[in-house]
Amino acid sequence: MRFSPHTAEDRAAMLKVIGAERVDDLFADIPRSVRLNRPLNLPAGLPEMEVRRLLTSLAQRNADGDQMVSFLGGGAYDRYIPSVIGEMLRRSEFYTSYTPYQAEISQGTLQVIFEFQSLIAILTGMDLAQASLYDGATAVAEGAMLAYGHTGRRRVVVARSVDPQYRAVLRTYAEGHDLEVVEAPLRDGRADPDEVRRLAENAACVIVQHPNFLGLLEEPEALCEAAHAAGALYIAVQDPISLAVLRPPGEYGADVAVGEGQPLGIPVSFGGPYLGYMGVKQDYLRRIPGRIVGETTDHDGRKGYVLTFQTREQHIRRERATSNICTNQGLMALAATIYVSLMGPRGMRQAAALSIEGAHQLADALEGSGFRRAFAGPFGSELALRSPVDANALGATLRRSGILGPLDLARLYPELEGHILLSVTERRTPEEIDRLVKALREVAA
Amino acid sequence: MNTPQDLRYTEDHEWLRKDGQVGVTDFAQDQLGDVVFVELPEVGRQLKKGEAFGVVESVKSVSDLFAPVAGKVAKVNQELVDHPELINQDPYGSGWLIALEGVDADDAAGLLDAAAYLSQQEGGH
Amino acid sequence: MNTIFDEHEAGRGTSYLPEREIDLARYLPRSALRAELALPELAEIQVVRHFTGLSRRNHGVDSGFYPLGSCTMKYNPKINEDTARLPGFASAHPYQSEETVQGALQLMWELQQDLQEITGMDAVSLQPAAGAQGEFTGILMIRAYHRLRGDEGRTQVIIPDSAHGTNPATAAMAGFEVVHVPSDERGGVDLDALHAVVSEKTAALMLTNPNTLGLFDERIQEIAQVVHGAGGLLYYDGANLNAVLGRSRPGDMGFDVVHLNLHKTFSTPHGGGGPGSGPVGVKAALKDFLPMPTVTQRADGSYGLDYEIPHSIGQMRSFYGNFGMLVRAYTYIRSLGGEGLLGVADDAVLNANYLLARLRGSFYEPYDRTPKHEFVIAPPRDLKKETGVRTLDIAKRLLDFSVHPPTVYFPLIVDEAMMLEPTETETRETLDAFADILLGILKEAQEDPEVVKTAPHDTVVGRLDEAKAVRAPRLRETLGA
Repeated sequence: MRFSPHTAEDRAAMLKVIGAERVDDLFADIPRSVRLNRPLNLPAGLPEMEVRRLLTSLAQRNADGDQMVSFLGGGAYDRYIPSVIGEMLRRSEFYTSYTPYQAEISQGTLQVIFEFQSLIAILTGMDLAQASLYDGATAVAEGAMLAYGHTGRRRVVVARSVDPQYRAVLRTYAEGHDLEVVEAPLRDGRADPDEVRRLAENAACVIVQHPNFLGLLEEPEALCEAAHAAGALYIAVQDPISLAVLRPPGEYGADVAVGEGQPLGIPVSFGGPYLGYMGVKQDYLRRIPGRIVGETTDHDGRKGYVLTFQTREQHIRRERATSNICTNQGLMALAATIYVSLMGPRGMRQAAALSIEGAHQLADALEGSGFRRAFAGPFGSELALRSPVDANALGATLRRSGILGPLDLARLYPELEGHILLSVTERRTPEEIDRLVKALREVAA
Repeated sequence: MNTPQDLRYTEDHEWLRKDGQVGVTDFAQDQLGDVVFVELPEVGRQLKKGEAFGVVESVKSVSDLFAPVAGKVAKVNQELVDHPELINQDPYGSGWLIALEGVDADDAAGLLDAAAYLSQQEGGH
Repeated sequence: MNTIFDEHEAGRGTSYLPEREIDLARYLPRSALRAELALPELAEIQVVRHFTGLSRRNHGVDSGFYPLGSCTMKYNPKINEDTARLPGFASAHPYQSEETVQGALQLMWELQQDLQEITGMDAVSLQPAAGAQGEFTGILMIRAYHRLRGDEGRTQVIIPDSAHGTNPATAAMAGFEVVHVPSDERGGVDLDALHAVVSEKTAALMLTNPNTLGLFDERIQEIAQVVHGAGGLLYYDGANLNAVLGRSRPGDMGFDVVHLNLHKTFSTPHGGGGPGSGPVGVKAALKDFLPMPTVTQRADGSYGLDYEIPHSIGQMRSFYGNFGMLVRAYTYIRSLGGEGLLGVADDAVLNANYLLARLRGSFYEPYDRTPKHEFVIAPPRDLKKETGVRTLDIAKRLLDFSVHPPTVYFPLIVDEAMMLEPTETETRETLDAFADILLGILKEAQEDPEVVKTAPHDTVVGRLDEAKAVRAPRLRETLGA
């Protein structure tokens, strides 16, 4: 067996100490009727050299954002990841440890989480943040559960302009508590504050993404006010890179701020692992799901960090816990903490600004090309377009020019047949944007 | 363990004073460890005997609080919101939880006296 | 140690991106823009030293022994880390068209097949992000199954008193009422009590087998009969699958739904608390309720995402699962093969029994049985009374010897419990050394209890004031604070 250190002599000596003749004896209490009396039907084990060859050949059957130029986004972004992150993430004291149950030998992980909480609180403008959730989608769902727990109301209003996958996950989570999920319809690609005001009547919360899935800026101030007027909590969903340049949820009065932390130094990795974040107003501290780390001292007055407010959690409160979540996304939170530390305020702003500038240059360059902007409102770094050609065929054509994208919006919004979404990050150079424009113009002609 | 003679007790380790004050016993606070949070009811709430009226949390446990007898919540100890440690420091004094009014004298008399409470502790724990 | 906020110096920083000046007001309304962003500014070397310094204040499997019961802290092979980072995996976007991600989809499809074979189930979803989410997925499927049959009166989930806290939390999250069933004197489910609580209200029984005491419930088939006989389903918490790999499969024991923890059984690293991965397997009757999408092999041999699941409970999270973890688990399974996985269970159980044999007689053993991959013991019953030394103190004293303590005070049904899971990857010498340390601490507790009660002495911080952390919460730092 590949990773076992035991020799035959070790095993014999150990069995002797145990007082058993064979290893089989240790399994004697498993009834014969439930034993597997044949070898597992799996391919034979391989030495490392051959495993590497196998995995490399599988990986090579994928196109990827390193050999292609990617304009795909929609919730997962091909952003630049500084070298330091990969280096630090391979420090095995971080990745081979578990949840910091023993604080004295887990100060590294605990302090990382404390710093992560601090950075998320600053970026979102909220009073405090927790240690992370699975991803943006589950963070939205947990936010809705928090609002239900706080208000006791069973109606959840979500703008249709919120990431379709977030809405899908929200519906799954809502099922457990029989919550009613109501969508605020698209009006020119955005949520309409008057409509939201009407729907929010008797709702636990209103969930709005800004900029939304279609790339457009919402009117968070008006929407937040509409939610509060109805006594509903306002849950803001924002890309953390956009938070570097846009007004943060804490400033316009959001109660809960959630989102997807993948853009903070985490590879797209075919959809995971990612990083959900959640910041809240102080009032909701005891309703927050998952781990929270706090600062304290030991008996000698030395500063240290501990898991705290644990009575909210499943291992103590069991069926009355705020959520069943145990682990967070520790290592991904580490990546994000290092990312923000390296980039600093200027780097974070520059990542956002380059992306927004690139998207606007792309929009300008496509004027008169046959690809027309789908919606009129101001937009950030993603661009929804009406395509003169079939989105699938377009994807195949672009691939031949070494370009990944676009995202076919019809697969997520049936009403947006013939619409596509292009995403620009700071990784896209002016030359690459030109290349895309040329390719699109050729297709349209 | 301190168990004042002038109080009545429940099997859930709560005490009731003649004036309607309710708290947890010295034994209970010792078992809980450092109390860090207390959730208390609204003044005016009518409680049935045995009804859960609040929660007391230590770092690693959560315990429900049960009304020892029926009554209306006349006062709650607001000091505990900022100083939950009073429950550890002075469980029969400044660590009181709520005061009930309209308590039936027979109900109160039906609770354990100090000797009975003590013998229950020895037997059960 | 300093925080990144302490290290801040305005004007510091390293450029990672082109530095041209951009006026965002050209593109966005001024009212939408942020004025202030008070993030720390550090030079790259400060960041590297800071996080290197933090890593050294952590204990991982690579640092030393980590017998944390129920968590399966086995060695994490380094090849897994390399394969998960191959550009074709790490840089593949989840919205790429299927024909451009055939390698990723093939890997996922094969992993689904492998996990079906390993668990004896008929279909697998790789989507759940962690064990707890796997549980939630499974219980939602059970709920949907009963509802589709018009069996809406099944409102209860039965859970043994030895269960992990996620089980009741999950059942509650899925809208069920939790009914507890006690353990019998052999540490298994009390069958009489089970008979008494099952009814037409029973939706499911959630069970771990071997259970959290490390004991295999020999009467699993009778348990299954009782639950199935009442119309309920059987849910398998895969936390302890490491003990029975290739020996016994939940599907053959009578379970209808299982979740696995790839970070326990299949060697993906625990990451300081995530990311995990919690695939769910089901019997054929529940296949139509799986979350969307699963990976399918098409008639032409290519692989694709299947969204045509008739009664799917929906989507559990964005995209298809913690793919990076799936690559690691797949690498592990291909490294070991079927025979290797059987060897994992054998050595895991051998190591646990060996360690128990070394400690037997010195510690209190609540159940006189042959444990599987982990076991539960407690300090001698009179130790606390005589010396004041508790399990927590022993755990803290272990820290001074650079080993991670076992899980303590769990399961709840054993007073002062210590739960030890050595895993299969530890040498006999490590187990011997650990046994000697533990026996030494026991002796020390009798001779010099204060040393144990005030431990740890050699860590970067001592026991921390947890009460203060709640009474005077300080949950974040602010720049310049």
